[in-house]
Amino acid sequence: MSYTDSPLIELDGLTKGFGGNEVIKGLDLTLPPGIHALLGPNGAGKTTLVNILSTLTPADSGTARVLGLDVRRDKRRIQRLISLTGQYAAVDERLTGIENLHMMGRLFGLSRRDTAARAAGLLDRFELAAAAGRRVSGYSGGMRRKLDIAVGLIARPRLLFLDEPTTGLDTRSRQTLWDEITALAGDGTSIFLTTQYLEEADVLADRIMVLNGGRVVADGTASQLKERVGGSTIRLHDGQGRVTEEIATRGTALEISRHLAALAAERPDVRVTVRRPTLDEVFLQLTGKQAS
Amino acid sequence: MTTTPRTAISTVTPAPPHPPARGAGLLVGLRVFTARSLKHSFRDGESLLMAILLPVLLMLIFTYVLGGAMDVGEGGDAAGAREAYLAFVLPAVALIAAGFGASYTSVVVSNDMTTGFMNRLRTMPFPSVTVLLGHAASSMVRNLLATAVVLLVGFAVGFRTDASVPQFLGAVGIIAVWILVITCVFAMLGMVAGSAEAATGYGFILLFLPYISSGFARVETMPAWLRPIAEHQPMTPVIDSSRALLNGRAPGSELWVGMLWCAGLMLLAVWLIAVIFPRKVART
Repeated sequence: MSYTDSPLIELDGLTKGFGGNEVIKGLDLTLPPGIHALLGPNGAGKTTLVNILSTLTPADSGTARVLGLDVRRDKRRIQRLISLTGQYAAVDERLTGIENLHMMGRLFGLSRRDTAARAAGLLDRFELAAAAGRRVSGYSGGMRRKLDIAVGLIARPRLLFLDEPTTGLDTRSRQTLWDEITALAGDGTSIFLTTQYLEEADVLADRIMVLNGGRVVADGTASQLKERVGGSTIRLHDGQGRVTEEIATRGTALEISRHLAALAAERPDVRVTVRRPTLDEVFLQLTGKQAS
Repeated sequence: MTTTPRTAISTVTPAPPHPPARGAGLLVGLRVFTARSLKHSFRDGESLLMAILLPVLLMLIFTYVLGGAMDVGEGGDAAGAREAYLAFVLPAVALIAAGFGASYTSVVVSNDMTTGFMNRLRTMPFPSVTVLLGHAASSMVRNLLATAVVLLVGFAVGFRTDASVPQFLGAVGIIAVWILVITCVFAMLGMVAGSAEAATGYGFILLFLPYISSGFARVETMPAWLRPIAEHQPMTPVIDSSRALLNGRAPGSELWVGMLWCAGLMLLAVWLIAVIFPRKVART
């Protein structure tokens, strides 16, 4: 099978441990091209999985295929198709932004001319053109992250790994970065990202996998995950909009309408909203259960 | 807040895929990493200055403070002793300069290992040996520059030699080989060390090595328990043979012993790097 018509990622019974401590406990997963988020608390095994998929660490058992290629046997071929942007901006601080891009372009095997053209395009796109000639040590966290991702894109990878791309960024930089990441999907670049932020997974990903204790404990769209936990909450508000009371329901029309009918009879003026669970609540429930 | 479910999987129609990256070959990799490392060295002016200034100061102190009191066999008055000691101490100072300069490599390597930079490199399609080769090449440029300054200052403060041009180049050649060896050793230490600070610490131990050799005092003047160590450590034959050549004498068997040591250390360091590098994933 060639990489063009293969699933993006296929895991079959994948395990990995460090010194007797199993971090990945038998993962089976098939992902189509697109944006996928691996969501999980610290220590869930997110980075370990990214390291295995990006050819950095060998798995203990099971198989992992990236774009139809085996991570163990076809390492080099995978490396030509992917790019890893790790947890901390892996750029050279003592070089300028443009020097970083040039260095990586050349290492991916791009010609000087292609590298220069591609670098100029990326600098524009990530709004780094003005800072291109400055050393990275003087960049802000957000700029560094943007450069980091730009560097990862220099050779137009088929699949980009983003390990906690917005950790430590302020809200504005995060928003900018999200816009950029969303735009990437349109270029035919698939993304496999890890995050601890539920909002991030919600905004970016087509599909979210919740990883906890080395296992995928939930898998689906944000909406499906919320569905899984089920239930909607009826909230009562006072005149200032503050929540005064919450009524948990299973989310069925019948149950909600009964509650509302009762409320309408007792307190006809009370303000009410019906709320689906936030992904945070889903996450806490899913990972909490697993931990106990 | 809305109660309608978010739209399910957005349909992403991928653009026609780009061809896979070709990846760099040995030559491009070597060029990229040499350029990177040279940029580091020449932009970090303070480190470069220290790498040159410290050995020069060391040479001046040894010559002017201790030189007059040292008897390295040439005899004569204090001034004569001083001049003889300068000729004696020069190769050791040049090798110490190489050590200082190469210790910079361990700091950079350690930094790359701990920041995730090396992780990114390791997922890329180029021969990883070029990272090491680049360090070696730029370390060579940096340290030969320091060696040249040390020798020039040596000449300026009174070093005179009868060495022929081939002998002189031979001495520099030995120093160059040592630069290569010590750079590989420092690169290995940089990989093993947990942080750039730790890498510097390990480096200090290596930098003391030349003092327990024939570099600054004749081995015969040392206490009996120290003598075997000083006599048989790798730097002694390297220093002795480069000193012989620098002063226009035949190096004798010391040259081959020294080169064997260099080859052995180099192989060991490169082997360790080859073993450790694929296993060591920075835990950032």
